[in-house]
Amino acid sequence: MQPFAFSRASDIQQAIQAGAHASTAQQGAEVRYVAGGTTLVDLMKLDVERPAQIVDINHLPLDRVETTADGRLKIGALVRNADLAVLPEVERNYAVLSQALLAGASGQLRNMATTGGNLLQRTRCVYFRDTASACNKREPGSGCPAIEGYNRNLAILGVSPHCIATNPSDMNVALTALEATIVIQGRKGERSVPIDEFFLLPGDTPQVETVMEPGDLITYVLLPKPQAGTRSHYLKLRDRASYEFALASAAVVVTMQDGKIANARIAMGGIATRPWRSHEAERVLTGQAPSPAVFEHAAQALLANAKPQSQNGFKLELARRCLAHALTQVTA
Amino acid sequence: MAQRENLTTLPVVGRAHKRIDGPLKVSGAARYSSDFAFADMLWGVPVCATIANGRIASIDSTAAARMPGVQKIYTHENIGTFYQVSKASKAMIDEKRPPLDDDRIRYYGQYVAFIVADTYAQALAAANAVKVTYTDVQAPSVSTRLSAEKSPETQTERGDPDGAYARAPVKVDETYSTPTETHNPIELHASVALWDGTHFTLYETTQAIMNYRSVMAQMLGVPTDNVRVITEFLGTGFGGKLWPWPQALLAASAARDLHRPVKVVVSRQMMFHNVGHRPHTQQRLRIAAEKDGRLVSLQHDYIDHRSPGSDYQEDCGEATGFLYSTPNLRVTGAYAERNVGVGTSMRGPGKVPGSFALESAMDELAIALRMDPIEFRLKNEPAKDEMKNIPFSSRHLPECLTRGAELFGWSRRNPAVGSMRDGDSVLGWGVAACTWMAERFNAEAKITLFNNGSVRVASGTQDIGTGTYTVIAQMAAGLTGVDVDAVNVVIGDSNLPPGPWSGGSMATGSMVPALVEAVGQAGEQLIKLAMDDEHFKGVDATQLAFSEGKVHRKDQSPSAGRHFRDILDQARVAQVEGHGKAKATFGQKQKEYSTHSFGAHFAEVAWQPHLARLRVTRSVTVIDAGRIINPLTGRNQIEGAVVMGIGMAMFEEALYDARNGKVVNSNLADYIMTSHADMPPQMDVEFLDYPDTRFNAMGARGIGEIGLAGIAAAIANGVYHATGVRVRDLPIRVEELLVSKVA
Repeated sequence: MQPFAFSRASDIQQAIQAGAHASTAQQGAEVRYVAGGTTLVDLMKLDVERPAQIVDINHLPLDRVETTADGRLKIGALVRNADLAVLPEVERNYAVLSQALLAGASGQLRNMATTGGNLLQRTRCVYFRDTASACNKREPGSGCPAIEGYNRNLAILGVSPHCIATNPSDMNVALTALEATIVIQGRKGERSVPIDEFFLLPGDTPQVETVMEPGDLITYVLLPKPQAGTRSHYLKLRDRASYEFALASAAVVVTMQDGKIANARIAMGGIATRPWRSHEAERVLTGQAPSPAVFEHAAQALLANAKPQSQNGFKLELARRCLAHALTQVTA
Repeated sequence: MAQRENLTTLPVVGRAHKRIDGPLKVSGAARYSSDFAFADMLWGVPVCATIANGRIASIDSTAAARMPGVQKIYTHENIGTFYQVSKASKAMIDEKRPPLDDDRIRYYGQYVAFIVADTYAQALAAANAVKVTYTDVQAPSVSTRLSAEKSPETQTERGDPDGAYARAPVKVDETYSTPTETHNPIELHASVALWDGTHFTLYETTQAIMNYRSVMAQMLGVPTDNVRVITEFLGTGFGGKLWPWPQALLAASAARDLHRPVKVVVSRQMMFHNVGHRPHTQQRLRIAAEKDGRLVSLQHDYIDHRSPGSDYQEDCGEATGFLYSTPNLRVTGAYAERNVGVGTSMRGPGKVPGSFALESAMDELAIALRMDPIEFRLKNEPAKDEMKNIPFSSRHLPECLTRGAELFGWSRRNPAVGSMRDGDSVLGWGVAACTWMAERFNAEAKITLFNNGSVRVASGTQDIGTGTYTVIAQMAAGLTGVDVDAVNVVIGDSNLPPGPWSGGSMATGSMVPALVEAVGQAGEQLIKLAMDDEHFKGVDATQLAFSEGKVHRKDQSPSAGRHFRDILDQARVAQVEGHGKAKATFGQKQKEYSTHSFGAHFAEVAWQPHLARLRVTRSVTVIDAGRIINPLTGRNQIEGAVVMGIGMAMFEEALYDARNGKVVNSNLADYIMTSHADMPPQMDVEFLDYPDTRFNAMGARGIGEIGLAGIAAAIANGVYHATGVRVRDLPIRVEELLVSKVA
């Protein structure tokens, strides 16, 4: 860990001004906001993150959950994962989010981790976390040792020749299936970004993971108004029963009408470089009566462009079973 | 002979008793080694090699040396001299090469420099700023496919194993492997070293303070008496903290050089490289039987990996020679050199990976014979130790199997693959036998009986978290007739009479004869004092005995005697002290009896094909380990071993990157161990209570390791039963089960 300056932001503008001094809000940012610290402090200890300045945002008034006038759920960026998971309106209207949060990390981590921090959670790729290794995400242009190395838990979708790192979050997968909107305050004011546009594919710039710019602060996450007759479910597959990142996970939000799938929103985690929304799978499902064959077609559509690596080919089969079972749960 | 005494019916001994150190631990008052801090203390942080095979070209520490708080930077050029341990001294250390000894790199993570600074943060920042360049960098040899470096060594042999195998009608010839596993106790290895100009005081994380003192004295070049090693509490070790590791030498030598206390805490990441591991093993089993199930040949050929210069061997065949009856048998061992850190004992060294292979092969042969695996084992129960040709002191393996079968409900098992269901899960039921040696180390103990009725026990042993404080208190209380609360156990300090190592499941059993002798000596003194006591007027000393805390006439019960408190009071003597010394059985050549513990594990796994999810849902373990001193801490040991065994079976594997030799999953998120949620909802442990008085007077053998032997095989055998997939290479990962035809 390197020495760093520490300050506490007393209002949002102060935080933005401090953050705006950085040259980037992505890997290598000189200024970092700290909320729960569960990713940042860990990476600072490993010397992967070396910010010169830490801005504590825990005192900002972003720890509330409200229902907006038009029926949307507005979640403050500082709402802790543990609290969000058990909110009655989340459990009732957005079960997939509650389940995803509770499937993540451990009780201790969920008590600290925040909504905004979880959105910006970094990959668990072992090479990213090791400063003695090359890594295009950490040191652009240095190479990707994962492609020919340890990649069992890495991505098969959205990969590039430069990076196959998985987005490790469970929450982000649920938010993607729920079509959440990320509200960001920045130097130029406030803007709203659909979650589908928030996360970027690695391409040839894997160090750039999101649309976040210097001075940008996530303030809220907005969930659409719940639709009557919609059921949702999160299913996470992993080696052990707790405290492990997903090998494959599925967040499904489905509305049934007359025994047929009227609307489906499908996202998968653990298998892709960002939370993986699959419009292809949704198209296959829409208008169909649920059946194993339909689910299988949806999985095929979702995985059509998968590029397995030396150790993670099994994720194709795992993802198939994961999606099929999650769909079975919400359509039964 | 002391060990033929029968002290199996003492009060307190054999009763469930809560840990006497529990309140200290839950309140944070128990001091672990890294809790010790001193005025003017410095912090040391090692710099680790980022190659696994090559030489140091240069170490640029100029920037680091100028950083705030940095006191000194050590490299192979200025560390000074460490000496080697004399083999004849029998002091144990697995990483024999002293730290910073030369410019040669043998494994990734090897210490190449050592920063000492005023604070931990300063030392860590400076360590990150040291630039090391390397030369002669070779591709590391870390492949997990092992082939013998030298011709295998035959470790035991009888009959004609090759001929009998060739002629046998039913046989199995399979190769099994177990991965590199790391101990990863929650307490990080740590050393806090003080030097006063002539003497070292070392606060260490060790399972063997007496050995530690001997090794440190020799390697630092000071008389043994000038080294004091203290381990008041240990956040456990699993064998990884038996012998000293290089950070202790770095801390001590820096403390001597700088005349200030120095603390070093080994990081979690370093613990995957620098403080030992269970070596990767590869084991070929050739095992054959007659059609009626009688074993006719058993061959066990194993290879383990080995760090350059190390001689640690994972003794996989240790139990193969005596566990089952067979006229023809051969066990061979070999090694393959790899650029990995130094291997060391990990809970159940040798036998744990060995039992995975042997007990898997036994299951495979039972299936080939179309025999029930329990019946098959019972059929091959030996009448004696056929390897040493001596009787067993006490062996109840058949009862472990049959009692376990009863508790588990084995008779309801349908042997057909995939035939048993519970909801959407396919159930698999597996069984395996286990065994572990019962031996004693040299042990001394001092016991003091005070005129206030309290008792102090002092011994240079240590409690590694398993309950040693408590069981020593129970044994002393039983021998002196006081309550456990009245016993003060003083251990964890090498200035005390040399006590046993906490290794090989031997600490408790080793203490028994030392305590018996110490109490006996104190009792003799009490008898002499009693001669002046009104109560025994006219009685000859030879007619008196000391038992249950009382001096009494041998022809009368102890209850008619005089309590030691009253005798001491009467004589105005504050205390009497006895000093017991017992010789080791460990390493003895000629033995009258073969002394081992035995047991059987039963595991139920649930396979959910639609989720590719495997969980252990039920376990039953029956252990024959003689008299159990404390069934509460004893049960805890076995349950802990079962939980650890689930990790061995399904999760744990240190993965070396072929390009640089690094363990890539060197953290507790990527090196997967069993979590609480993975513990079987039903976990039963039962002890058969057959005191082994041929082993010691209380009949108590050890229980620390046996629970981990066999459990991985029981799970793998259950996985086969559920899925039809035989996994011979641990850990059992879901990707290997996707081929299962069971839906």
